[in-house]
Amino acid sequence: MKTILKTNDLHKVYRLGGLLNRVRINALDRVNLHVQSDEPVIISLVGESGSGKTTLAKVMLRLIEPSAGQAIVYDQVVAGKGARTDKKSFLSIVQPIFQNPFEAFSSYRTVDTYLIRTANKITGLPTAECEDLVEEALVSVGMHYADVLGKYPNQFSGGELQRISVARALIPKPGIIIADEPVSMIDASLRMNVINLFLKLKEETRTSFLYITHDLATAYYISDYLAVMYRGTIVEFGHARTILSDPQHPYTQLLLDSVATMNQKWTETEIAMQDMEATEFTAVGCRFRHRCPLAEEICAEVRPGATLLPDEREVYCHVVERELEKV
Amino acid sequence: MIRLNQLVATYTTVRGTVKAVDGVDLEIPSGNIVGIAGESGCGKTTLLKVIYGDLVYPLALDSGGVDYVFADDDRQEVTTETIQQYWFKRISYIPQSSMSSLNPVVKIRKQFVDFLEPKANKEETLDRVRQFIRQLDLPAEALDSYPHQLSGGMRQRMMVALATFFQPDIILADEPTTALDVVVQKGILLLLVRLQRQMQNTVLFVSHDMGVHYQISHRMLIMYAAKAVEFGESAEVFSAPLHPYTRMLIDSLPNIGDDHMRQGVSGRPPSLWDDLRGCRFAARCPLATQRCRDEEPAFIEHRPNHFAACHYAGDELPKVEPSA
Repeated sequence: MKTILKTNDLHKVYRLGGLLNRVRINALDRVNLHVQSDEPVIISLVGESGSGKTTLAKVMLRLIEPSAGQAIVYDQVVAGKGARTDKKSFLSIVQPIFQNPFEAFSSYRTVDTYLIRTANKITGLPTAECEDLVEEALVSVGMHYADVLGKYPNQFSGGELQRISVARALIPKPGIIIADEPVSMIDASLRMNVINLFLKLKEETRTSFLYITHDLATAYYISDYLAVMYRGTIVEFGHARTILSDPQHPYTQLLLDSVATMNQKWTETEIAMQDMEATEFTAVGCRFRHRCPLAEEICAEVRPGATLLPDEREVYCHVVERELEKV
Repeated sequence: MIRLNQLVATYTTVRGTVKAVDGVDLEIPSGNIVGIAGESGCGKTTLLKVIYGDLVYPLALDSGGVDYVFADDDRQEVTTETIQQYWFKRISYIPQSSMSSLNPVVKIRKQFVDFLEPKANKEETLDRVRQFIRQLDLPAEALDSYPHQLSGGMRQRMMVALATFFQPDIILADEPTTALDVVVQKGILLLLVRLQRQMQNTVLFVSHDMGVHYQISHRMLIMYAAKAVEFGESAEVFSAPLHPYTRMLIDSLPNIGDDHMRQGVSGRPPSLWDDLRGCRFAARCPLATQRCRDEEPAFIEHRPNHFAACHYAGDELPKVEPSA
């Protein structure tokens, strides 16, 4: 089986403040993810802002260097210690899609130039042959080269532009596409068109996706695997449906309980608000303990490790670990 | 009650004027949370700005007007021109981004007493503010902070506190929780619901998130391409929508625990610059007929207190099946 995505103790430290009052923020703190499969998969990464999900994406895209650990995509070390993949072959393994399609394209350039340039750089072929590659990529997102030729970004809707971004990412035929909040800037009525496109591409072009979002409903809809992050750490990781139908970590439960769904109304309960974020980033022990209804003494002292449950999910919680030992 | 009379609001640009709200005519009853939903560019924020009387160039009220629930002190009717003197006291506004609305170089305490009359007793008011924000789970020390010292959720709570402190008759909220995390969002929405229940005021709540509307709105107004297309009791709008756009908007969103395939709405809203005739949703509507393309549907009451602008809303709409 292929290793689609693996991180080994991935660590990233941001330093804030001046020389004297320097604070170290562990934006990624020993993150271990492991997905093996022969089929393409969609992995969702969910969490609140400041949970480290975008930092993880940036490390995988080589936009920032990790402080320690390594990231492996399709059996190749792409970031961290031992990363030797050159840029060209890296780009044909990992490709990005960004949050705001209106910012991803310059309004002074026609969008077809982005597609041709990408094809040109990856293959080194002349423009005429690149057009065939571009057409092929655009067809798989339901468009044609003639539709985009000579047009500027403001002539498309957000959903269409995001589909063009996907087409651009598909040109090098990457193993995985990293999509950081790809639909949060798109209107509700068009959002599902992009989400369904991901599902279609998984089947047709056999591309895997790392889907980064704070929207649990779309994560439930498309993902095979799900990782929940909190303050730079993974708190729960496993099959998406298993986690979302029966969350085990108290944080996942809180998150799921807060989603504004359309099938059940909220009951009015007290919600634990977060402390100052910086203290949580630097805290020893479990990062969630200040808000956790189950917190115990051990949670303040020892950082919980991964507990593997029988349904193949990993939960990072002392209470869950002890409950499992009892059984 | 807020009565909108054939409201037309325009923006002036170098290309000419464009109608961002085009003939909205409805009556919003008091004591409700009214959710306003629609895509970006459908006119929901413009509608709030007009009701708030924040008519600053390039925005202008072209025709029509707003009747408010209250008269001014001389029993004169309040209009969008004169509403400004009641800002914060009888009508208040919660914006999307608290960071750009609170003054960054002034302590929160000072921003609370900013709109008091010069002779008012500031200390006494501040005591009442302190008590009030304690009810909202905000520490009293937060008053002595600068905005950047508070977290995003606390800042937005502070905006809610500012907007509700004088118990205004009308509160306008423009995507107040869009920039926040779900856990914080839930806290602020429940707070807003609690305050509205205590004060029994009218809240106009703009959000593009239908899930949020399902949770808190009593009534729903759906807008599409500068027009009101549906208005009615929330429960009925969600369970039996009259307009195909509303139905597709609700059906397109996935729910946790529901494995049905979802379909987005194809196409895009028409450009407001074009010469629009007929129903503005016709090009994307699976049920559109020639009549829809030629004749603009009127916004009429099809069921008690349930309005819609669709030629076929009177007849039960055939169900639009999302392909399995």
